[in-house]
Amino acid sequence: MSILGTRVVRTEDPRLLTAGGTYVDDLRLPELTDAARVTFVRSPMAHAKITGMDTDAARQAPGVLAVLTVQDMDDLVPPPPPEPGSEVSEGAPMPLGGVWSEPLLAVDRVRYVGEAVAMVITSDSYEGEDAAELVSVDYEPLPAVIGVAGALQTETLLFDATDSNVPVNSGDDADDAIFEGCDAVVERTIVNQRLAPMPLEGRAAAARFADGKLTYWASTQNAQISRFILAGALGMDPATIRVITPDVGGGFGAKVGIDRDAILIAWAARKTGRALRWVETRSENLVGMTHGRAQEQTIKIGGTSDGRVLAYRLDVVQDTGAYPRMSGFLPFLTKLMAVGPYDIARVQTHSRVVVTNTTPISAYRGAGRPEATAAIERAMDLFATEIGMDPAEVRRKNLIPPDKFPYTTPTGATYDTGDYVTALDKALQAAGYAELRAEQQRRRERGDVLQLGIGLASYVEITAADAAAGETARLAVHGDGTATVYTGSSAHGQGHHTAWAMLVESELGIPMASVTVIHGDTDLIPEGIGTYGSRSLQLGGVAVHKAALEVKEQARHVAADMLEAAEADLELDAASGTWQVRGDPGTSRSWADVATHAGADGLMAYVQFAGGGATFPFGSHVAVVEIDTETGKVRLTRHVTVDDAGTVVNPVLAEGQRHGGIAQGVAQALLEEMIYDADGNPLTGTLADYAAITAAELPSFELVQSETPTDINPLGVKGIGEAGTIGATPAVQNAVVDAVSHLGVRHIDMPTTPSRVWGAIDDASGGRVRAENGEAR
Amino acid sequence: MKVTIKVNGNQVAAEVADRTLLVHFLREVANLTATNVGCDSTSCGACTVLLDGKSVKSCTVLAAQADGSEVTTVEGLADGSGEMHPVQAAFHAEHGLQCGFCTPGMVMASVSLLAENPSPTEEEVRTALEGNLCRCTGYHNIVRAVLAAAPALREGRSA
Repeated sequence: MSILGTRVVRTEDPRLLTAGGTYVDDLRLPELTDAARVTFVRSPMAHAKITGMDTDAARQAPGVLAVLTVQDMDDLVPPPPPEPGSEVSEGAPMPLGGVWSEPLLAVDRVRYVGEAVAMVITSDSYEGEDAAELVSVDYEPLPAVIGVAGALQTETLLFDATDSNVPVNSGDDADDAIFEGCDAVVERTIVNQRLAPMPLEGRAAAARFADGKLTYWASTQNAQISRFILAGALGMDPATIRVITPDVGGGFGAKVGIDRDAILIAWAARKTGRALRWVETRSENLVGMTHGRAQEQTIKIGGTSDGRVLAYRLDVVQDTGAYPRMSGFLPFLTKLMAVGPYDIARVQTHSRVVVTNTTPISAYRGAGRPEATAAIERAMDLFATEIGMDPAEVRRKNLIPPDKFPYTTPTGATYDTGDYVTALDKALQAAGYAELRAEQQRRRERGDVLQLGIGLASYVEITAADAAAGETARLAVHGDGTATVYTGSSAHGQGHHTAWAMLVESELGIPMASVTVIHGDTDLIPEGIGTYGSRSLQLGGVAVHKAALEVKEQARHVAADMLEAAEADLELDAASGTWQVRGDPGTSRSWADVATHAGADGLMAYVQFAGGGATFPFGSHVAVVEIDTETGKVRLTRHVTVDDAGTVVNPVLAEGQRHGGIAQGVAQALLEEMIYDADGNPLTGTLADYAAITAAELPSFELVQSETPTDINPLGVKGIGEAGTIGATPAVQNAVVDAVSHLGVRHIDMPTTPSRVWGAIDDASGGRVRAENGEAR
Repeated sequence: MKVTIKVNGNQVAAEVADRTLLVHFLREVANLTATNVGCDSTSCGACTVLLDGKSVKSCTVLAAQADGSEVTTVEGLADGSGEMHPVQAAFHAEHGLQCGFCTPGMVMASVSLLAENPSPTEEEVRTALEGNLCRCTGYHNIVRAVLAAAPALREGRSA
């Protein structure tokens, strides 16, 4: 029996549990023994001109080795002007550049609190914090542009060479003709709030420049991409750069590639000739690392009174922060996935990207798809309420039926495989939906203080959207019978090393314990993409699988030579990992025998696998909440999910991905938000203020298994990394609204904090309590 | 000032700046890098260690305050036989870790909670770990690991 699909605990764990991981700050390499510390001087102003900077006091402070400002950047050649017609498309996750360009260090203007303006290099980090305080920067404040409404005015512009704060504006013109023939139409503007990705390890990098070669360690999801970013930014030949990813303490999309602060560590190492290390503090992380989500969405949905949705319009305004680092990519994905798992005939989507004086926005677990799902799932519930139908029934009536696959949506996505109705029904059954509704009804009739809310979300998402970029794997079987996998994919908690070893054992019979997996070193693995968009298993894993198949054929050839038999007569017993002539155990040869006979590099395969296309995992979530109607406090009591990502290689890992995603999704619905005041000051800039979710605020999750293989790749696998954040957020938000819908509440924006929930209840009753207390509504 | 701390059974003595935090003493002086720093507001618990048997967030203790004390970090948790401590083993068996960054602190907080409450309920585990953030696991398997470790630890104590 193959090891695939069985519950295998991780090979990564013993080291992490007994010695701890080796993250950038833990590197104790000879090359970094004399590494100095970098501390950034960051803007305390959201929007200001820099009119002067005095670094003298800092330079004279104890332990200071250097202070670097933009004036020191005389060794960087500006990038060539873009060629005509080479504009970045909205669907490419690249910085816009041009008049919207982001400098490495602020030049004469800062555009968000936390933007780097200078670097202090010291022997240790305590001295660095002291000296950074001594850098005196003169700021001439400018009005801050905050929020969508702020961005859409034209009086204050972030970029002088432009005439608006809207770098991207694209999509269908609004035309209400699509709602003709609808019995009921609902329209509402909803907020998908700004979140901090907050991996437990923040950003970190170390660099050493010696003998014309840069060695660079970074906490990144993509070593190879980081190498090309460095080469471009520093004007270096990629061949002279080695990027290494040690252990990475979580990424969640915010560590795709490297950002300007991390690039500066490499530049400063070259500039000063010193080995340098930078490990940001959490307070830096919460304003310096990119944020996610931050969309304002206007949804309009219409259909028949018997529950068939006929038309849907989604209008997105994406707050992209101070610099459009992702062009229009995030709302592009939101628009692409706008209709979710539903068969809706008439659809319009439109998006605008706006710049504001806030931390730049980039990918965060789901990256555009959670926003799409949140919008359509709120829309389905609003529509269901409008026509007085159970939300499960409305979904069932509109889900794309299984006989319609492959299914191309009006927005141009082609869903590969799915059985959305079954996923919904399994989730409802596991949750005991009918009994939950009955209990809800009893509490409503009794007028209980603790009301029950049941929320649904059906979703489909896109994974490996850039499948054509592919992924690499090199597999070698050595003379001692062990194997090494070099993967272009990149691990930061997902369990790549365990899964890749399972793939090798499954195909070759070489036990997992004899398989070493190496990732994240561009000297060893020059080509690769790394990890984002739930692409690892279906591209990197399939590459490993294919490399194993190639090695198997090489070995068959070698074994045939050893045993003087025809290749067709040879068989590999994958259980014992031995080759033999079919039916003749006496001819048994081990992998060590075959690899030794093959000689050095004899059994080695290199695969660049570019998949057949994106895959579309799907599922349904059911959330159950209890709300104290007197305080507005929400407690999530149950969360039931069906998440179908095709064939499961290791249920332990797949469940772990689902758990983590669900928790982050619940956190968005209930707790988390990056908040700025009207002047652009972050109000949630420490973990004492940013409401990261804890164990005490979550239940154990109830996972239902479902596997619908895709035919896009030979393993039948789709991505599972982001399903949790996509399904959980709207399910919980819908549950919160559902709990108080009988009081007249139709919508509560996220996070559904006690004050918002209580306020919504009071609003629905005409603001009675606040009126009695003489408070404004 | 001179600080002497018994770390994982070994005396570590060093001249350090007065403001040196215990976590930096452990990481930079004792060179034990498993204990991580995840925030600067005593919120995340990644730096949790045992100080004279009680869990503390070592980012909020001065090395000077630990002078003369005993500290246990995750590196010192196993008994040296090559076997993991029951809490470590349970985290492994239950997939209670992913990226590993919160793990040393989470394991030490779990050891501390099971010392105080050898038979916790799920709710008690969740409440006790409220001061330790994990961004990867959703806590689901961490809670299962602590509940699974509890009987193993009780048996170990009675043996």
